[in-house]
Amino acid sequence: MSNPLADMDKPDVIFCIGTNMTECHPVAATRIKRAVARGAKLIVADPRRIALAEMADIYLPLRVGSDVALLLGMAHTIAREGLMDEGFVADRTTEGRDFVEHVLEYPPEWAESITGVDAKLIAEAARWYAKAERGAIYYTLGITEHICGVDNVQSLCNLALMTGNVGREGTGINPMRGQNNIQGAGDSGALPNNYPGFQDVLDPAYQAKFAAAYGREVDLELGPTKVTALDMCGDRIRAMIINGENTVVTDPDREHCEHALRSLDHLVVIDIFLTETAQLADVVLPATAWAETDGVCSNTERRVQRLRKAVDPPGEAKPDWWCVSRIAQRMGLKGFEFESAKQVFNELCSLSPIYAGLDWDLIEHGEYHWPVPERGHPGTPILHEGEFENGRGIFQMIRYRDPAETISEEYPIWLTTGRRLPAYHTRTQTGRAAGIEYLLSEESLEMHPADVSKWGLEDGGWAMMSSPRGQVRIKVEANDRSPPGTVFASFSFNDVPVNFLTGGGYDPITHTAELKVCPVRVEPA
Amino acid sequence: MSDNSGNGTGFDFEITLDGEKVGVRRGESLYEVSERHRKEIPTLCYDPRLEAFGGCRLCIVELDGARNPVASCTTRAESGMRITTRSARLDMHRRVLMEMVASENRDTDVDPLSGYASQEMAVLLDRYEARTGRFAGARSGRSRPDDDNPFILRDYENCISCYRCVRVCAEQEGDYAISVMNRGFETQITTEFEGLLGDSACTFCGQCIQTCPTGALADIKALANADVPGETEKTRTVCPYCGVGCAVDLMSRGDKLIGVQPAMDGPANEGALCVKGQFAFDFVQHPDRLAYPMVRGEDGELHETDWDTALDRAAAGFTAAVEDHGRHSVYGVASGRAPHEAAYMMQRFIRGAFGTNQIDNCSRA
Repeated sequence: MSNPLADMDKPDVIFCIGTNMTECHPVAATRIKRAVARGAKLIVADPRRIALAEMADIYLPLRVGSDVALLLGMAHTIAREGLMDEGFVADRTTEGRDFVEHVLEYPPEWAESITGVDAKLIAEAARWYAKAERGAIYYTLGITEHICGVDNVQSLCNLALMTGNVGREGTGINPMRGQNNIQGAGDSGALPNNYPGFQDVLDPAYQAKFAAAYGREVDLELGPTKVTALDMCGDRIRAMIINGENTVVTDPDREHCEHALRSLDHLVVIDIFLTETAQLADVVLPATAWAETDGVCSNTERRVQRLRKAVDPPGEAKPDWWCVSRIAQRMGLKGFEFESAKQVFNELCSLSPIYAGLDWDLIEHGEYHWPVPERGHPGTPILHEGEFENGRGIFQMIRYRDPAETISEEYPIWLTTGRRLPAYHTRTQTGRAAGIEYLLSEESLEMHPADVSKWGLEDGGWAMMSSPRGQVRIKVEANDRSPPGTVFASFSFNDVPVNFLTGGGYDPITHTAELKVCPVRVEPA
Repeated sequence: MSDNSGNGTGFDFEITLDGEKVGVRRGESLYEVSERHRKEIPTLCYDPRLEAFGGCRLCIVELDGARNPVASCTTRAESGMRITTRSARLDMHRRVLMEMVASENRDTDVDPLSGYASQEMAVLLDRYEARTGRFAGARSGRSRPDDDNPFILRDYENCISCYRCVRVCAEQEGDYAISVMNRGFETQITTEFEGLLGDSACTFCGQCIQTCPTGALADIKALANADVPGETEKTRTVCPYCGVGCAVDLMSRGDKLIGVQPAMDGPANEGALCVKGQFAFDFVQHPDRLAYPMVRGEDGELHETDWDTALDRAAAGFTAAVEDHGRHSVYGVASGRAPHEAAYMMQRFIRGAFGTNQIDNCSRA
């Protein structure tokens, strides 16, 4: 997030797009609810009539995968009606003139023809956001899990830049991260293109820095993303180590994924349960879990907080960092003689400019938001105040593209996937917590009642849902939260493995899969 | 009296609090100013996260010029006010109020595992020596043993009608799942159509449990561990689920995890939690947990083994891959659910041991 969570109480216009926050980030959503109760206006764009949509002043029910068109239509209105923050655009951005010309090609009426949303609503939402004293954007995977995920994010940045809704309290572009330390995994350098602290692996200065720190030559080229790596398994890639990820259930196109992992010569999995992925491993190492492990995590607002051990782990389970460093030692390597989480974290701080002002003891009370570039620095709750890190904000000329697969006679229904409040991901944890079953005991396919009869199905009856990659049997739930023509299911239940169907395409830059759009056929089973 | 704003104190004016001049920020209540000066004014209906309610009247203070004591939580401090927080008259009022409150309830003492604020009433009964039974008689509130939800105990016979649960659900959560019906001794906390929580707008976030000052609403999962021997210890950590980063206090006895309470001063959540953070903690001690390393045997199955064997096998596989296929034959995947140290060590291993950038985390799916 460019702005802290506390800022969510402060905007006068809130624009939520592709975020089912009341189910996926419920505590953040309480702040939105309070802002709305105080009088803030809420604009919600989502294919499904989610709880946030029920609360919204303007609800934009767009067709799945049409976000770029919606955002172009909004940008058009802002440009045409002279609602841009000209001072901000002049002082802090480049390519503004070209951008205005670009978006003038895309009026809201054009956006309506792609998104299915009334052009007047699109224009009105644009006016509200542009005229806001403090306008804030919140988004989640409904923006990023598309073949145009990067385009979607950049379209949101364009809106913020043209209206000056960034770099100030109560504004910003705010992705809600989905896992307790997904931000931290990136911060710590577990990326094929960045060393810790997002230092570019192609920059010779950083290459030299890490060659010196790790005492060996470093790779001068980018690594492949995990998605590409799975394609290379059994070919270039022969040995893999996976920590705490149930890859075969969470990733798209499960059959492909299982095949990839089976074709490795050597697979090591470190986890707390014998997941579907761990069952494919040659070596499984038992990790200490949350509540058993001292460590550090970064939340969605870049706040660096301590995780603390309360109880001993079962049997001989060990912290993840211990497992990895001991494998390195067994390989006869030097430089892996770590004895505590504190020692590991302090080394990370010493090599990462965004953590340079931190250490294990300083984060005791969790008051720092990175970047903290030097000792004594108070941290950075709001990014981009005064100036952008790279100088000026650059407008991007984004064009709409259809999803990788679109509905056809054979697959006439849009499937979109997501999460439900009581379940977390593949339920390796919530499925083993007493009582959660009371709230959610099985998966079902959310389908508009008109579609239920149209396709000859019954509420509560069984259906077979197919895509070009596979089929799953699933119970039908008639519910008008999903619009006619679109159905919804989560991937949480292993007995309804929805990710056998998904995986029609990937964003060309991030390689994030288009999990939010998958044309399917649904028939009585 | 001078206006101090802009002089660096951060205060707008002064009042006299128990004979001492103290600074006040505009809009503060008498209670908030007194709390800052640790006057320990008793309350039952007060939760600092909620709008002041003025229901329990325990927070009364003497205000110069007013005939009767005033509720400090709902009275705004005004420049020049003179207030007294302790006196024989106030103590007498508070004691009688506590005696009356206690008389309504079946139990005056509940297990501290019931919830974060569950001891508030019992503590005040002791402080004001109000366990006299003087008003014993009519009781209010009908419990709901028919509500079979596994999380929230609804024992309204211990309810004192402070409405904290109703207010936290509306003001803090925005769910409006619970409400109040009737008046006086007939007052009843309820849901729409007097139904079960599971059929209401309740999301089982547990906020009502944690604000209840009597344990009328209580944490069923924590109470199930009431017989676990040992002292309850609290350990501050961060919820393991989404990226909001809510601070929680883990409750444990010995090596048994017995419950979770929200950290009221958690910087990201300020006391709020959701159903997962509040209740889905016990996966940690589930019998399915991996406790020993495993390696695949010649029979094709995974078998438990010792660390030496497992680490040697893990290391040998990587060494062989690199010898036969070069350093780019190895790939590492870090977790978004494990701490920084796990992700850092994974990238250090891949980059430092093999000299390749073939490392990623699980954020793309």
